[in-house]
Amino acid sequence: MGTPHRDSPVLVTANYKLSFDLLRFELAEVDCWILVVDTRGINVWCAAGKGTFSTDEVVLMVKQTRIAELVSHNTLIVPQLCAGGVSSSLVKKKSGFRIIFGPVQARDLPEFLERDNTASEGMRAVTFTLMERVELIPVELYLQLKTIGFVLIAGFLFAWIGPHMFSLQAIIQRTLHLGMATLLGLLCGSVFVPILLPWLPCRQFWLKGLWPPLLVALCWGINIYPHVTIELLSLSVWMSVFSSFQAMNFTGCTPYTSPSGVEYEMRRGIPVLALLAILALLVWLVAPFVD
Amino acid sequence: MQTMRYIDNTTTLKLNVDVCVGCGNCILVCPHRVFEIKQKKATICDLNACMECGACANNCPVDAISVNPGVGCVEAYINRWLGRLFKDRGRSSCC
Ligand code: SF4
Ligand code: SF4
Repeated sequence: MGTPHRDSPVLVTANYKLSFDLLRFELAEVDCWILVVDTRGINVWCAAGKGTFSTDEVVLMVKQTRIAELVSHNTLIVPQLCAGGVSSSLVKKKSGFRIIFGPVQARDLPEFLERDNTASEGMRAVTFTLMERVELIPVELYLQLKTIGFVLIAGFLFAWIGPHMFSLQAIIQRTLHLGMATLLGLLCGSVFVPILLPWLPCRQFWLKGLWPPLLVALCWGINIYPHVTIELLSLSVWMSVFSSFQAMNFTGCTPYTSPSGVEYEMRRGIPVLALLAILALLVWLVAPFVD
Repeated sequence: MQTMRYIDNTTTLKLNVDVCVGCGNCILVCPHRVFEIKQKKATICDLNACMECGACANNCPVDAISVNPGVGCVEAYINRWLGRLFKDRGRSSCC
């Protein structure tokens, strides 16, 4: 980067495209060396958790690139978020290089370098801003397209049960309603929950995930009142279950949920959700006979 | 991150103050500012902010910290539970 010389700092990053590009962009004005650790294309945070951004990888790269021959110092600046995988004392022992943990955000790097490799308290803490949350939404949605398709097919196969039996129109209508409810559930759990995360009551994510569908169902119900049918009730429950599950899934994307906490809420959430899902399904199946 | 808090009293983080040499590494690496130095020793000042990333334990020179590290991921747990149910080892991680 730039025109690095023997005293320029050495920065370490993952070969995750976003991390690398970001680093390059932020350091456009700085002369430095960049050491890229092969994390097989995943980002620093995940790679540290999975053990691909590890002490051994860093040591390996130091040896492979013979960086020691290029610079006159023995300091590596690594992203703070890889500390879960990289142990500074072990790297020192195995490669002779001293590790300095840089800031969490690449954008703080220039300031960090200027201030003699010290990070302010603010640079050390992770954040989870609205923008950071919104950026996660597309992936969450994309991953569930399969589920929607599956629900539609399963719904179509079961929708003929009822007094209407072979009326194609009724079958299609029932399938579409089910698909709509599923889609709304997904929207609630994977769009509204991430956006509204800090403001939704309760700390457990599956409980957070129940608020948006509750509101949606309420609005929906009021709108079509008094034509509320058993089918719509069952679909509302299904929508809430799906939203709640998606919200719980979102724990994997946040930088503040602990695995023990996730296990804790899953032990409570999953049984309740499973029960509600079965209930919703049964009611949906008998609904045509009752409505 | 003070606006976003997860479930209290679930973390597996433990600090053995007797062993701590007060080097400050844990304070440096923790992304949630869980530690503080008081009288040349680390203390836990915000236990419930811990997300069990394992960074502190990994960088403590004297192994004063123990934590069960991992990524809080629903799919990983489901796979693990299913694996236990059907007596085979499935995938245990997801991301
Ligand atoms: S496990 Fe991670 S979040 Fe918890 S105290 Fe250690 S460094 Fe901080
Ligand atoms: S890293 Fe270990 S020895 Fe150093 S201050 Fe923290 S607990 Fe103490």
